[in-house]
Amino acid sequence: MANGNVSDAPVKSGLDLAGALKDALVAGIVAFGLFALVLGLRTEQGPTGAQILLPRPQLLFMSVALVMAGRFLISLFFRSGAVRLPAVYLPAPFVRVNYLGNIAGGALLVFALIIPVIFFDNRYILDVAILVMTYVMLGWGLNIVVGLAGLLDLGYVAFYAVGAYSFALLAQNFGWSFWICLPLAGIVAAFWGVLLGFPVLRLRGDYLAIVTLAFGEIIRLVILNWQEFTGGPNGISGIPRPSFFGLPFTAADDGFAAYFRLEFNPSHRVVFLFYVILALALITNLVTLRLRRLPIGRAWEAMREDEIACRSLGINTTNTKLTAFALGAMFGGIAGSFFATRQGFISPESFTFMESAMIVAIVVLGGMGSQLGVALAALIMVGGFEVFREFEQYRMLIFGLAMVGIMVWRPRGLISTRDPSIHLRKAKPIPAKVVEEART
Amino acid sequence: MTPSPVILDVQHLTMRFGGLVAVDDLSFQAKRGEITAIIGPNGAGKTTVFNCITGFYQPTEGMIRAIHPDGKEFLLERLFDFRISQLARVARTFQNIRLFPAMTVLENLMVAQHNELMVKSGYTLFGLFSLPVYRQAERAAVDKARHWLDKVGLHARADDPAGDLPYGGQRRLEIARAMCTGPVLLCLDEPAAGLNPRETHELGDLLNDIVADTGTSLLLIEHHMHLVMDVSNRVVVLDYGQKIAEGTPDEVSNDPGVIAAYLGVEEEEIEIVMEDTQ
Repeated sequence: MANGNVSDAPVKSGLDLAGALKDALVAGIVAFGLFALVLGLRTEQGPTGAQILLPRPQLLFMSVALVMAGRFLISLFFRSGAVRLPAVYLPAPFVRVNYLGNIAGGALLVFALIIPVIFFDNRYILDVAILVMTYVMLGWGLNIVVGLAGLLDLGYVAFYAVGAYSFALLAQNFGWSFWICLPLAGIVAAFWGVLLGFPVLRLRGDYLAIVTLAFGEIIRLVILNWQEFTGGPNGISGIPRPSFFGLPFTAADDGFAAYFRLEFNPSHRVVFLFYVILALALITNLVTLRLRRLPIGRAWEAMREDEIACRSLGINTTNTKLTAFALGAMFGGIAGSFFATRQGFISPESFTFMESAMIVAIVVLGGMGSQLGVALAALIMVGGFEVFREFEQYRMLIFGLAMVGIMVWRPRGLISTRDPSIHLRKAKPIPAKVVEEART
Repeated sequence: MTPSPVILDVQHLTMRFGGLVAVDDLSFQAKRGEITAIIGPNGAGKTTVFNCITGFYQPTEGMIRAIHPDGKEFLLERLFDFRISQLARVARTFQNIRLFPAMTVLENLMVAQHNELMVKSGYTLFGLFSLPVYRQAERAAVDKARHWLDKVGLHARADDPAGDLPYGGQRRLEIARAMCTGPVLLCLDEPAAGLNPRETHELGDLLNDIVADTGTSLLLIEHHMHLVMDVSNRVVVLDYGQKIAEGTPDEVSNDPGVIAAYLGVEEEEIEIVMEDTQ
């Protein structure tokens, strides 16, 4: 490396004052353009009730001056090479995915299992844990569609909604139990996944994203407006709570607590709900991991890499896409029915585009295709969001900054290596660079 | 020796893109167990012919018939693209390599055996519970993949991502992957493009090997004339979408029309050449 690297541009020594001033001036003009209306003027209610304009020249001047000074300093010291920032790279925490990933995954699983034991009396933590697990399951479900099959689905919340409403309507109208309604809701959601899949089979990338986004909105609007069937904006209330194999979580004599001769505690139900969603999420995970090693999973990943090559090998890409959609939708629908039974009340407001965006963000942040990454991302995004609740309006800011930071340091997600699904001698994780190149 | 029966029969194939006639009334046959080369100057319509045969284009006119050793016939122009590989067992490679770069070499070969494994995995059901039926099938698939890895000399790199292979390795992997689908006819689109002379020579051996060992017939588009003359049994020459010559490599290389198409002729000689060719 010492004498081989001749392409390094010579580093200018000394401070380039004129250049820095020019940079600062440009930054100042841009800042002025941006801030003039946003910061420089403020509308307020006048004494007569009419809006009046309050000019705020000092604030505007200060902000622009701050930007210019900052730009000047950055240009002066960093651009000219007088001061060099040490190259900051976040350590790739799971380069050896097979080994470290297993440990991290195992630790997370054990932690998840004992959460209800540690925080039995802390209803808040349990609620957050249930919320996180719901998003983990949704993330894993969407991971099949986005991470494995490479179909960017921005309307995933539609299946969440279909699952929730199917569950609520089935449970209310027919009085069927939780364990019957749950798979039925999953099947209904899968059916809708196929229904959405058909028209978008030819679409890829951005076009697919737009159409699925629209589909998500259509479902929400139909639910909102089909008053006599779904209750419209009033939603559906009084959705039956899950029972412990027929034993309701009530203080009554035939309740769960009485049957096991325990003192009645409302936490019993919450803990039970937590273990239900944990089990459902783990089933999602196991099925996905198993499918990845089966021909269908390999076909999904191959389709993500090159659809034309897939067809030249005789793979029916239509069916392959539809199975991905159906399976992803099914897990989304099951998560939706869990949501319905936990809340006891659902309305279209719970199924806005923000939810879809959140789930997609979890999958992308986690590193597309990585199960552990998705779980970590759900923990960070949903759990982190709760941690910063005290900061109120600043938490969005912190959240945004964290996202920018991650995109800068780990642009391919938390875990961006790919585990091969089969190996001849030794499984070597496929480095992020190759995975990334394959997708551009 | 009796003439070997036909494996691919192309009749009056025409492909128009709007006003442009890419392939114009082309008829030729490929024989079983032979290597048939399609050559011609750039833009002569060779790849278009391939795309019609393998279902990526729907031909404007004409009939493309694949005839299996057991006598079954498939009209390729009526089959949907993936069915051509699945049912008619006509596989192809691409001029600009199309591997699954983020998947390992072995995975690439496993994907190629998708249809067979799908059936054996009970359309995923048996596989989900890892029943012996499926485990056996998977082992067989790995063995088949290993066989082809040995053939193309990529055994040592089986667990590396396909995108990390050198160019020549990627070309060979693409051939191995196509062979893993168990084709009766393999269409190779410029397999020697970008290879060095030694690799090209090895490629020729590999192609001869494939025909000798598996009985798969080859259809070959190639600009590398040495390779074409070395390995092919028959050569079809295209120019501006039309067949201008067909025959053994020797016949074709001495054909004045072919020489004219490749090298160009003086204006006053055109008529003489035209008369010669007709």
